Amino acid sequence: MTHPVYDLLFAPFVDFAFMRRALVACLALALGCGPVGIFLVLRRMSLMADAMSHALLPGAALGFLVAGLWLPAMSLGGFLAGLAVAVLAGLVARLTPLREDASFAGFYLISLAAGVLLVSLRGSNVDLLHVLFGTILAVDDQSLVLVATIASVTLVVLAAIYRPLVAECFDPSFLRAVGGGGGWVHLGFLVLVVLNLVAGFQALGTLMSVGLMMLPAAAARFWAREVWSLAAVATTTAFLSGWVGLLLSFYANLPSGPAIILVAGVFYLASVAGGRHGSLRARFFPGRHREA
Amino acid sequence: MAEIVRLDGLTLGYEHHPAVHHLTGGFAEGSLTAVVGPNGAGKSTLIKGIMGLLRPLSGRVSRRGLVPGDIAWLPQQAEIDRSFPITVLDTVLLGLWRRTGGLGAVTPALHAAARDALAAVGLAGFERRVIGTLSAGQTQRVLFARLLVQESRLILLDEPFAAVDARTTTDLLALVRRWHDEGRTVIAVLHDLDQVRRHFPDCLLLARELIGWGPTAEVATPALLARARAMAEAWDNNADWCRRGAAA
Repeated sequence: MTHPVYDLLFAPFVDFAFMRRALVACLALALGCGPVGIFLVLRRMSLMADAMSHALLPGAALGFLVAGLWLPAMSLGGFLAGLAVAVLAGLVARLTPLREDASFAGFYLISLAAGVLLVSLRGSNVDLLHVLFGTILAVDDQSLVLVATIASVTLVVLAAIYRPLVAECFDPSFLRAVGGGGGWVHLGFLVLVVLNLVAGFQALGTLMSVGLMMLPAAAARFWAREVWSLAAVATTTAFLSGWVGLLLSFYANLPSGPAIILVAGVFYLASVAGGRHGSLRARFFPGRHREA
Repeated sequence: MAEIVRLDGLTLGYEHHPAVHHLTGGFAEGSLTAVVGPNGAGKSTLIKGIMGLLRPLSGRVSRRGLVPGDIAWLPQQAEIDRSFPITVLDTVLLGLWRRTGGLGAVTPALHAAARDALAAVGLAGFERRVIGTLSAGQTQRVLFARLLVQESRLILLDEPFAAVDARTTTDLLALVRRWHDEGRTVIAVLHDLDQVRRHFPDCLLLARELIGWGPTAEVATPALLARARAMAEAWDNNADWCRRGAAA
């Protein structure tokens, strides 16, 4: 006889290998997406990440058309398509007066249309739809290794470019003035964003891969005030969302991707309502104050 | 005295319209110069041109033997993201970029230097505060602390005392004097002419064209200031193409 709390929270993962794999995938995703999402929020690029996730579509579809339902080809295709959109949009923003959000919108729409066109060439292929909408419960060893590798690379690269990245967000002209290579830092960061979207699309699909990146990061803004603590809160929230979401999908027989993102959404709404810094609670019920 | 920055027919601008038009002259090493002129006169543009952040439409800037780390710049506050969650101490530590680079460790000695700089601007005890919680004047003090640790040969200040109260201005002016006494070259965009006359030996009066450049007493005169004020603020979309570059 085991404890009911244990049964509720841990037993599915102990009993089923596919649940364990999905949980490990969520942990890896959380480790990569948490800090990347924080920098996206701080750079006011939340919606650009969403645009970029849609931009992966033609690449993934092309990979599918060339190699069939083989994840490495689709991942590589998605990565190249996302990177192309990011680099082209960044170049247009730097070389012309068009702002980055507008140039992103331009390129992602082109990319999305091309993707839909490519998908339609194959009719309504159910396998393809599965991958486009994500299947975290069917994550195999191969994609688990890919997701974990991307998370590891992300953390190492972020550690390496952390200081210039902070400077580039906070005071970009200072970084240019000291010769800190702002352009390369920005490009490196965009590569990380695309890599993590590719990792997310293995598990959650292109439509929702950005959810585990943005919702925990947006929620963290209500709890922490420094970059490192924001990243820690976002990572923890993302992992908890994965855990609770998987349990929900297991017990209620719901699709796992939307369940995970909806749990992250609950964390986000709760933070907006009752977080420590700047939440609605803090606004309407400021509480006691100190001496001047 | 040797010139640290030389401008030769420098024209800077946006979309063919010059904001700084055929400016020629030099900043002596160790000089303390105020850049004054009406709004839209090209003062901030000139500062960015000297930094190398803007590519000249024509002419050139020679920064003799200066590497990027030798130039420190105080931007206008609108150019930094004050909502970014960075602490006061980390902001000042960025100023040590020349020694730490992007990857180098911040040693205890560098930490101490940053704390000393904060104490020098009157912000001891503010180390762990987040920039967004500071007032405009306190933020300006933090940015001055960052300039202090940069220990640069050339210091460019873009409206350093805008939105800063009298006491803070006095404190920060003392730092500017200290840099001058240490032999550093300081170029500051300013609006308060009394302040310029009292504290800045040299003055560059700009109204897109150069109106005057030299000792403040000879440049900040009623006649020249009136000429600068007469500058048209709007640019003329149908202005003739400039032929001065072709003639030179």
